[in-house]
Amino acid sequence: MITFRMNNLTVQAEPGSTVLETARFYGLKIPTLCYHEGLTPWGGCRLCVVEIGEGARAKLVSSCTYPAEEGLVVRTDTKRVWAARRMMVELMLAMAPGSKVLQDIASEFGVTQVRFKPKNEECVLCGLCVRMCAEQMDAKAIGFQSRGHKRKIATPFDIKSPECRLCGGCIYICPACQLRCQGPQAETALCNGCLTMAPTCLDHYDDLQCWMYDNGQCGTCVREKSAAGK
Amino acid sequence: MKQHRTHLLVCAGTGCVSCGSFKIKEALEQEVLKRNLQDEVLVVATGCNGFCERGPILLVQPDGIFYQRLKVEDIPHLVEEHFLKGRPVKKLMYVPPAKKEPIPKMKDIEFFKHQRLIVLRNRGRIDPEKIEEYIGFDGYEAMGKALTEMTPEAIIAEITASGLRGRGGAGFPTGKKWEACRREKARPKYLICNGDEGDPGAFMDRSVLEADPHAILEGMVIGAKAIGAEKGFIYIRNEYPLALQRVEIAIGQARAYGLLGKDILGTGFDFDLEIVQGAGAFVSGEESALMASVEGRIAMPRQRPPYPAQQGLWKKPTTINNVETWATVPNIIRRGAKWFAGLGTETSKGTKIFSLVGKINNTGLVEVPMGITLKDIVYGIGGGIPGGHEFKAVQIGGPSGGCIPRKLLDLPVDYESLTEAGAMMGSGGMIVMDDKTCMVDIAKYFMNFLRDESCGKCVSCREGTQRMYEIVTAITEGKGRESDLALLEELAQTCKDASMCGLGQTAANPILSTLRYFRHEYEAHITDKRCPAGVCKALIRYLVIAEKCTGCLSCKNACPTQAIKGTRSDIHSIDQSKCIKCGACLEACHFDAIETRRDEAIQII
Repeated sequence: MITFRMNNLTVQAEPGSTVLETARFYGLKIPTLCYHEGLTPWGGCRLCVVEIGEGARAKLVSSCTYPAEEGLVVRTDTKRVWAARRMMVELMLAMAPGSKVLQDIASEFGVTQVRFKPKNEECVLCGLCVRMCAEQMDAKAIGFQSRGHKRKIATPFDIKSPECRLCGGCIYICPACQLRCQGPQAETALCNGCLTMAPTCLDHYDDLQCWMYDNGQCGTCVREKSAAGK
Repeated sequence: MKQHRTHLLVCAGTGCVSCGSFKIKEALEQEVLKRNLQDEVLVVATGCNGFCERGPILLVQPDGIFYQRLKVEDIPHLVEEHFLKGRPVKKLMYVPPAKKEPIPKMKDIEFFKHQRLIVLRNRGRIDPEKIEEYIGFDGYEAMGKALTEMTPEAIIAEITASGLRGRGGAGFPTGKKWEACRREKARPKYLICNGDEGDPGAFMDRSVLEADPHAILEGMVIGAKAIGAEKGFIYIRNEYPLALQRVEIAIGQARAYGLLGKDILGTGFDFDLEIVQGAGAFVSGEESALMASVEGRIAMPRQRPPYPAQQGLWKKPTTINNVETWATVPNIIRRGAKWFAGLGTETSKGTKIFSLVGKINNTGLVEVPMGITLKDIVYGIGGGIPGGHEFKAVQIGGPSGGCIPRKLLDLPVDYESLTEAGAMMGSGGMIVMDDKTCMVDIAKYFMNFLRDESCGKCVSCREGTQRMYEIVTAITEGKGRESDLALLEELAQTCKDASMCGLGQTAANPILSTLRYFRHEYEAHITDKRCPAGVCKALIRYLVIAEKCTGCLSCKNACPTQAIKGTRSDIHSIDQSKCIKCGACLEACHFDAIETRRDEAIQII
């Protein structure tokens, strides 16, 4: 067993396991997007970054790809980690503002605005579908094309791949294909409605169990009220 | 062996070849034959001399006379005057800027005078395609010593004691790297020479590969002995055809001489080399991406650990070093660690090659001892800024390096000082900028390069560089907002923090260093909508100075959008609504009658 320190706790891990796996085993929460238990770790979304080392040499690494090492010092939630994660959420949301998975993560991190021009690409290039197709479906029908800002996911030569069996594995695993949250502000989509489950609109209308965390701004209760009044 | 009284060393580096040095060589040979001098004068093609701006270059030995910017038509006169009548031709010699008297000898020219050649010791003096010439200059002596007299431990101890650090950019101690790989038990072990030089304006590795390929081979055999490797790869980017050709010839010759392959020098030690042609991505220079590329996969970096020394090529222990590092190794073994450690500073030993480009008089490749100040490089070797302009900044370390301003000209060039100043050693590109350069525009240029060259794996790097480019572009177009600088800083910091590989971690440097030293320029663009250097097209306008205009129609004819009005000998005027600010009129005007107006705020609609 490998022994190391995580969030000031002494933890043990099986040789060959990653920091993320260890953290999850101990019940420490680390957000992920491009990680899936059934697929090889990728380390692209950078949401699972943790801080390792101490002092001037401390650095951020993706916990899903970082192997548990003897004597490692890990901190899963520092200011630096959160700043990085929040920026990653913001960058990805600007790519695919409609993704429910991303919106939920945004809510979790209190990201309430996106300061970049939305791209509406509906794809964050997390590579889950590519790995799903190659590793679980044994097809390798899709892959990455180009690099840098021109990168995209496509079939070879952009034509229908003979390897594709239309199994739908890629769609199943896609975090961005899921429909956007149909909450009160479906257009801006960052209402943070899921942040808390405390009913906040009781002052306005306590007949309706409203959890939109919106302090009467969403207007649902007003509509309900006027409908009830009629 | 035939003796010749004079050797004519024609530079055949890529720079000179592109100026036609092979034609010069041909013309020289023909002329020498014509004058029946072939038994007295020998024409040799050598590696790059470094003074590429002055190509094609001819060095006459043993006199040491330096001819530059030769043309084929000069050759008959040159051969007759100098090699027949013994009168060196003054008009083909180098004249320093702002001086009249030419300098005949190479060793007296400022550009060469201050250099200290170790890695490039054979440049411009041997024919890189002849192993005999390399051996003639003590070549393969260090390899012989390492294979016959030294144990692997002794070689590593020597390299460690010399204080050699990786020349690829990060500056990791080479001895330590070798030691880590040596300790690994798994077999086989591999060596890689990283010759994927992708920085714009940098050509150090190309020059070494072209001028002295055997030095790299020799260094790698020594490394192989130290580490216990059986096989090595030289990764050269496809854009370097001449380097590929010369290394291939060198490997063939070394094999034929028993210096590579099975049972080297009869010592029973086996080591062989193979060339891998790169596919041209900037990111392939990152070690884990390069290994993926050698294996035949997409050049995409991966998380370390495991480090290459533990699990590199095909999950076997691998040592990967830069071209320059490998070429330094034989010199250390031959002349001793103490000699090498005596050069340079406390933490950075030896010499480093820089490619000095941009707004500088003497463009070219220079090898200088570590710890030399920037001033000595820019004003001493480089000969200052052309056209009487002011020095503004020097960009060191390639696209992910940083810009160092005028006030830090006394900064010693070593790994620590450069990192502290916000730049990095990188592979050694130095781009000099004068006061006509807009720093926001420079940041934009580098972000454009990086957003293309990021592999696209990490969100922080792929999206980060793209968004930083967008923000900086908006600023140069006069659409910047007050909040942009804070966002830019935040984004740059996260890109640096959260990215996986060296490319992403340093990709924000152009932004961070220009923000650190030239924040006022960003502010001028954002608040005053003004480009102080007069570069950003959206923030300048061209006007005709009425007093100077002669009405010659030059600018009118040059204008692609017919924005200039006026007839012959009538003062012209520019219709701002039609002007696309291409600057064609400015270049066409013979009377300096077009000015770039930038000192007033311009309304952006």
